Formats: sequence, C-alpha cells, structure tokens
Amino acid sequence: MGDHHHGPAQGISRWLFTTNHKDIGTMYLWFSFAMFLLGGFFAMVIRAELFQPGMQLVEPGFFNQMTTLHGLVMVFGAIMPSFVGLANWLIPMMIGAPDMALPRMNNWSFWILPPAFLMLASTLFMEGGAPAFGWTFYAPLSTTYAAPSVTFFIFAIHVLGVSSIMGSINIIATVMNMRAPGMTYMKMPLFVWTWLITAFLLVAVMPVLAGAVTMMLMDIHFGTSFFSAAGGGDPVLFQHIFWFFGHPEVYIIILPAFGVVSQIIPAFSRKPLFGYASMVYATASIAFLSFVVWAHHMYTVGMPIAGELFFMYATMLIAVPTGVKVFNWISTMWRGALSFETPMLFCIGFLILFTLGGFTGLMLSIAPADFQYHDTYFVVAHFHYVMVAGAVFSMTAAIYYWLPKWCGRMYNETMGKTHFWISFIGFNITFFPQHFVGLAGMPRRIPDYALQFADFNMMSSIGAFIYGASQLLFLYNVVATIVAGKSVSDEKVWDGAEGLEWTVPTPAPYHTFEEPPLVPKPVGTI
Amino acid sequence: MSSFRLSRIPAIDTALKLVTISAVMFAFVFVVMVPLYNVLCDALGINGKTSSQVYTAVPAAVDESREVTVQFVVINNDGMPWSFAPTTRVMRVHPGAANGVVFTASNPTDQSMVAQAIPSISPSRAAAYFHKTECFCFEQQALAARDGAEMPLQFIVDQGLPRDIRTITLSYTLFDVTDTVTDGLAAR
Amino acid sequence: MRKRVAGLILAFLSPMSVAQNQVNMSPGVTEIGADIFELHMLIMWICVVIGIAVFAVMFYSIYAHRKSKGHQAAQFHESTKVEVAWTVVPFLILIAMAVPATSTLLEVYDNDEAELDILITGYQWKWKYEYLDESGEPVAFFSNLATPQEEIYNTDQKGDNYLLEVDEPLVLPTNTKVRFLVTANDVIHSWWVPEIAVKRDAIPGFINEAWTRVPEEGIYRGQCTELCGAYHGFMPVEVHAVSRPEFDAWMAAKRGDLTGMTNG
Ligand code: HEM
Ligand SMILES: [Cu+2]
Ligand SMILES: [Cu+2]
Repeated sequence: MGDHHHGPAQGISRWLFTTNHKDIGTMYLWFSFAMFLLGGFFAMVIRAELFQPGMQLVEPGFFNQMTTLHGLVMVFGAIMPSFVGLANWLIPMMIGAPDMALPRMNNWSFWILPPAFLMLASTLFMEGGAPAFGWTFYAPLSTTYAAPSVTFFIFAIHVLGVSSIMGSINIIATVMNMRAPGMTYMKMPLFVWTWLITAFLLVAVMPVLAGAVTMMLMDIHFGTSFFSAAGGGDPVLFQHIFWFFGHPEVYIIILPAFGVVSQIIPAFSRKPLFGYASMVYATASIAFLSFVVWAHHMYTVGMPIAGELFFMYATMLIAVPTGVKVFNWISTMWRGALSFETPMLFCIGFLILFTLGGFTGLMLSIAPADFQYHDTYFVVAHFHYVMVAGAVFSMTAAIYYWLPKWCGRMYNETMGKTHFWISFIGFNITFFPQHFVGLAGMPRRIPDYALQFADFNMMSSIGAFIYGASQLLFLYNVVATIVAGKSVSDEKVWDGAEGLEWTVPTPAPYHTFEEPPLVPKPVGTI
Repeated sequence: MSSFRLSRIPAIDTALKLVTISAVMFAFVFVVMVPLYNVLCDALGINGKTSSQVYTAVPAAVDESREVTVQFVVINNDGMPWSFAPTTRVMRVHPGAANGVVFTASNPTDQSMVAQAIPSISPSRAAAYFHKTECFCFEQQALAARDGAEMPLQFIVDQGLPRDIRTITLSYTLFDVTDTVTDGLAAR
Repeated sequence: MRKRVAGLILAFLSPMSVAQNQVNMSPGVTEIGADIFELHMLIMWICVVIGIAVFAVMFYSIYAHRKSKGHQAAQFHESTKVEVAWTVVPFLILIAMAVPATSTLLEVYDNDEAELDILITGYQWKWKYEYLDESGEPVAFFSNLATPQEEIYNTDQKGDNYLLEVDEPLVLPTNTKVRFLVTANDVIHSWWVPEIAVKRDAIPGFINEAWTRVPEEGIYRGQCTELCGAYHGFMPVEVHAVSRPEFDAWMAAKRGDLTGMTNG
C-alpha cells in the first residue's frame, strides 16, 4: 500500500475503514470489553434473582433468557473477540510482519460483529422474548418450542461464525506467509503457536456450528426433520453436532490463553519458558484430542456402553497434555528471579484456578460419577474456573502486560494489584461454593432453589457482585492509563520481556516492521 | 501447504485453501455426519431405533429353547389426542418365530388427522435383533374425525439375540403430523 | 431482615457448621450410589494430593525465588527426563482411575432381570409415571409440584421441602430391582434422584433405560436436570420407597381407583 508513512486517518473514518492491524486490534478489544460488561450485567441479574430462594425480581422465562444471553455474549462476544483483538495487535509484531496478511478482510471481520450482537440483543425486545434455551440450544426446545426470535438468533450465529472464520483465515495466512526471515516455526513465540492452532480449530468447527443452526432453520421454516423424531430425525443428533463443535470450542477459548501465560510467566521469572517444544506438542495434541471427546457432555443421553467408555477414556487422556502445560509453567518459575507485577499476579491466579478447573474436569470425565455431576452447579463451577479464571484472567494479564507498549503509558500498579486481589477473592467467593451446591444436588439453569442451597447461593451472589464491581476498577485503570498514565519510553517496558514486539519503540508506532527485522538468535528458546 | 496453488499471491492462496476447508466442513455436517449418524443408529441401535425398512424374512429355525418377553409401550406426544394402545401388552416369543400384535387407534376429534408412530427399543442393544415384517410405523396413519382403526405389527426376534437379553421393550411414540402433511412439506 | 443478615454472616464465617449446608455428594442409599460416591472421593483425593504437590512447588518457588530477595535466575529450559516422567506418571494414574470407573459403569448399564418396570414421561412441566404390568390397564398418574405459588412468590413461609414436594409421589417397593423406561412428551427433560444415583435424559420419541434397587424405606427427592423451558426449576421428583406389602396395598388401592374411574 502506498500510504506507508502516513499516520492514521482522522475522525470516524479512521475506524470505519482502517486496515491497520493495531486499529483493528484496538476495536476488537474495546468491543469485547463492552460485551464483557453486557454479559456481566446479565450475570448480575441472574445472581440477584438467585440471592435468595423464592422468585423476587424476574419471571422464570426471563431468567432463562438471561442465562442464555449471558452464555452466548460471554463466549462469542467477550472471550473470543478479545483474543482475536490480541492476535491482531501482537501476531504481526511478534513475527516481524508489517501487518496482517489480508488487511481489508480484517476490517470486514471486525465490522460484521457489532451488527450481529445488536441483532442478538434486540431479541430481548421481540415478541416472545429472547432465546431462552441455554447457550447450548438443544433441540427441540430451540426449534419446535422456541420463541420466534430464534430466527434472529440463528442469523446472528451465522454472522459471528463468518467473522470468526475470516479472522482465523487471516491469522493463519499471516503466520504462514509473513514471518520475518529467520523466524522459523520453532522460533515463534508460544502465543503465535497457540493462536495458529486455535485458528485451525476455528476453521474446522465454526462451519459445523453453522451447519447445526442451518438445520435448525430448515426444521423451523422449511419442514425438514433433522432434529424431530416425528419426521424420522433425532434430537440427540443435534447434541452430537453441537458438541462436535462445542468441545473444540472450549479449547479455542483456552489455547490463546495458554499462549498469553506462556509469554508472561517467563518475563516475570526472568528465565526462558521451560519445555518450549513440549508446549507446542502438548497444544497440538490437545487440539487433536478435542475432536474425539465431544460426547463427554452427553453421558446421560443413553449412549451404548462402548461409546460411553470410548469417550470417557479419550477425555481422561486430555488431562495428560494439560498437566504437561501446568508443570512446564511451574518449572519456568522454578529458580527464576520472580517479581509480582499485576500481569504476573493474574498469571499466578490463572495457574492456581485453571488447575482446579482441570481437576474438576478430570472428575467430570469419569462417566459414572458424571451421572451425579451432570447439569448441576458442579459443572457450572468447573467451566467458570476454566473460562473465567482461565481465559478472562489471562486476558486481563495480557492487557496489563502489553498496554504500556501499546500506548506508551504505565498503568497504576497499586490499582492493578487491588484489581487482582478483589477479582481473585470475588471470583472464589462466587464459584467455589458452587462446587458444594452442585454436589449437594442443585441443578443448573434454575431460577429458584430448595432451601438447603440458600446460604451458599447468597455467598455466590455476593461474590459475583464483588467480582463484577472489580471490573469497573479495571476499566477505570485502563482509561486513566491511556489518558494520563505515566509515560514510558523504554522499548522493553518489562526488564524480563523477550520477543520482537519489545524491540520497536514505545508506544508502538502506527506502522511497525515495514522492513523485516533481524530475528535475534535466542528468540526460539523463549 | 503443498505445491498446489490456488493463487500466485501466497496469502491469498492460503486463504482460498482455508475457505475451501471451511466449506468442506460445512458440507461435512450435512453429507457425512447426518447419514453417518443414521447408519450408526441402525447398526448400534442408538436410541433403540429400529430399521425403517420392511424385514424380508429369511426362514430360519425357531429357537424353542428360550423365550423372550416382549413388552409394548405407547406414548402420545405433545397435543396428540388419539387414544392408542396395544391389544396385548406383553408377549412371550421364541426367537426365530413370526409373531403378530394389533394396536388400536381412534381419533376422538372432529378433524381428520394424520399420525406418525416412532418406534424405539429398549435395551438398545436388542434393536438390531428386532425385525419388523409389517408395521404401521413404516407409514403415516390417517384417521377421519371420530374414526378408529386397527394397526398391525408383525415381527421376528432374531435367533442371534444375545442370551442375556430376556426382555425387550418396544415403545411407540405417536406424533401428530397433520400440519406437515397438509402443508405438503412432509420431509424425511 | 435481622435473620437474613445473621444467616449471611453465618454463611460467611462458618459454612460447615450449619447443618443444612451439605458440601459433598450424597453417598445415597443404593449400592451403585455408594460405588459412585467412592469413585468420586477416590478421584477427588487423587486430585487433592496432586494439587498439593504441584502448588507446594509453586509456592515454594514464589517464596524462595523472589527477585526482591536477590535470587538470580537460572537459565535451564528443558529436561527430557523430567518431561517424560511427568507425561508417563499421570498416564499411569489415569489407568488406575479408569479401572474402577469402568466397572461401576458396567454395573449402571446392567438393566436386566428387573422385577418391576416403570415408564417415566417428562412433560412441560411435570412427570408422568406408568407402572407397566401384564395384567390390564397400567396404573398411571401425573406428579406435579405441590409447593404453593404463595411460597414461591414469598407471601407465605416456605416449607421444609420447598420446591422438592409433589402432589403424588412415585412409590417403589424396597429390595426390588426396578427398571425405569424414560421418555418425554415434548422437549428433553432429565430425571434425577441423587440418593438413588439415577439420572437419565428423557428424549421425545425414544426410550432410555435405567434401574435401581432401593434397600431402605424412605423419601428421596430430586429434580429435572435438563433445561426444558420456563418452569424447568419447578418439576421435582419425589420417590417413596416402601416395604413390599405396603407397596402391594398401595398398588391395589390404585387399581381400585382406576377401575372406579373407568366405570364412573
Ligand atoms: C482437563 C481438561 C478438561 C476436562 C477433562 C473437561 C471435562 C469436561 C466434562 C466431562 C464436561 C461435561 C460435564 C457435564 O456436563 O456433565 C465439561 C463441561 C464443560 N467444560 Fe470442561 N473439561 C476440561 C477443560 C475445559 C476447558 C479448558 C474449558 C474452557 C475453557 C472447559 C469448558 C467447559 C464448559 C464450557 C463446559 C460446560 C458446557 C455446558 O454444558 O454448558 N473445560 N468439561
Ligand atoms: Cu468438553
Ligand atoms: Cu427440566
């Protein structure tokens, strides 16, 4: 492109028409944060209703709309786009490329997202209300028995699926074609590796999700019977297709988080990542295994015992590469020179809580035990430990870690640490008791509950309000940093940071690596 | 990727290949997953589905040495007002022998209606050994207003039925498909 | 209000001391329930032990290898021996877990030789129970939530079995192998009673199987565990396990009702 040396355009058109990976990354990040607040608001409604037994604030049908939208907005609106934003900002800078490989497509893949979520949110005001069938939208509750707004839901899923696929194609094309000379695959920072593998997962399974919602659409409007027994179909088929997408999807969410943690822990340990190669292989094997474990979400549908056993063994096996990762991170810290700035605190929080979530995952993988855990709050606790304390904590760490590089200003460390401690404590008050109520027999997705669950639910709600409020502190800290943070100008903002992104000036200029950099020798080992 | 190129520009080449992969995965859901699931259901009796084809009996010896209990269950799906019941609820049969049972159905409403009965067998392992030589579930059943009918089922339990299965339950869920039929959109 | 605040403080300070705050899975009353409970405890303890080991290393490192204490970073970054060890050892531990898991699963799937068959049908939002019997019309009835709206909408004091009580419970004879055939009338539901460790999805059009043998008389409560629409939280399960003679008497009475009904 001819306008290499110009800065950004002025005004709104800068953002509407930008093809700059940094601008697009910024927009993804702000968008996902807005979705995080929206999804968080839905969660607050849920927790407020569950504060006490009895129905107080909302009606049961509306409660289901809240749980459904909370899940959809958090998974597809907050977590996934936030990591795409991070990828946009960082991948070109980490591999020494001037931009993403397909900048115009990059612009589209972002700009189709806000309309998709606008449409999804608008279902709240439609007749019959928003989707109320859970983020897993099992047929026939989501087909024959759904409110008319389901059609808009399907359309929204299609659009955000297209956006994800375009984003992933861009990432793969960038990584495969735009690496600076000397940046071999096994020298790439781990964040690039995990995103490369994630992008392949996305390209493979987002179309499966699209297929599932297309079949729903056909069943609802065109008289087919994919998921209705009456016409020779089968509602269980829906679950197989959904989880064939859904289980890889949970790894789509966590793999980039693994990448982030693998960048930050070495930086604050001042020591190279332990077992770089085994990290790459572990990531690849997790991705591969994620295609053959989907039915562990369906142990109670009445599969033949052979299927039940196969999926149980395969799921248990995933614990091995996951364990390898945890061991590697801890070995990275071992005999390092550790310091505990906010990004490191969030990574340590990640390490502890994600490991707990992995343990409950292992428990859930045991089919006969899952007959007691399935669809209880125990599962809710499990996936919030891996998704919130896993993906969201690592995302938060990433923002604190790279924000000074991006805007040339340092965040307020005291406020950052306060944010960490409030988040960490709030999170655990919210979700730890959910293990207890789950084991004691409280089903998930219910607006009201028996009295023996009351105390722990109240605790959960209070924790949730604390955790929610701490995110406002985060927002304040980030805005204050961008507007008026203390200037930093060292290229290496953190003394232990390694990688090409730390070789460009701070703040990172609008265009970086227009000339490919010399890849320093030891990068591969970091 | 390989030396096969879709475009001379490397990034576009990669992108086009990836678009192809995602298109293939989209098609995969329809042309592989759905049919494969149905094949697996037939083979493994997932959900106790029985074959939707008429079994053309291969005459074979009746296994007089054992008796299997066959139990019939009926369920009316949502909004299905017909009364529907087997004339016999339990039968004892020898594997290999041909058996018959009649179900009665009546439509108490003032509209003519069309129904579809969906069979399901428990234990699902037994589904592959339960052969229907004639069944009302192979076709949709229409009943005029306030009309009734007798609906026959002929079946053979395969001699190969695992010995540890002593009871087979066959359920029919009756669905109201009047709307899909009158809309002319009945699709399988 | 005062009570509420007190409850809150209690919940914070000493959750374990409040008798009603169960924190673990119930071992239940059936053999399978006990097996599952043991499996659950076994795996949990294995996880706890591994967790303690892993976190001990981490916290030691956080304590001893701090830059602020002047610790110098080592520069090692791989060790094939260690890496092989922590791949192989977890694998062996998993095999040790898989053995009891498999045998328990086989037990759960052993539906044969039941003495009593019951068809359970999920409806939006209630359960229907049908005792399948050779002779004549099956005994069948619906089981609805019995908790009054006033309790749910907080205008009345909530009872002890709030949301876990029904108008007509499922009655089972003790020490009898009972087979459940589970299906649904509209959307997918799931029938769960924790204390007898039975959870099966109820799928419209298809039947699923499960079984139990309840050794002790008692009342066991559960709920629907698959989102089935607005009132999913309001379709509990209540099982009364009674002695065989009591069951027979109940059955006879039910049959009497039934003939009474068809005659009238
Ligand atoms: C050691 C690795 C893991 C294992 C063995 C594991 C296993 C399981 C199993 C068996 C279930 C089904 C539980 C049930 O519904 O009864 C489950 C649910 C779930 N897991 Fe994991 N898991 C692991 C890691 C993760 C990760 C990394 C994520 C995402 C970041 C994740 C997200 C979820 C979610 C979202 C659900 C619930 C889905 C739903 O029903 O809504 N899991 N997990
Ligand atoms: Cu999964
Ligand atoms: Cu339900």
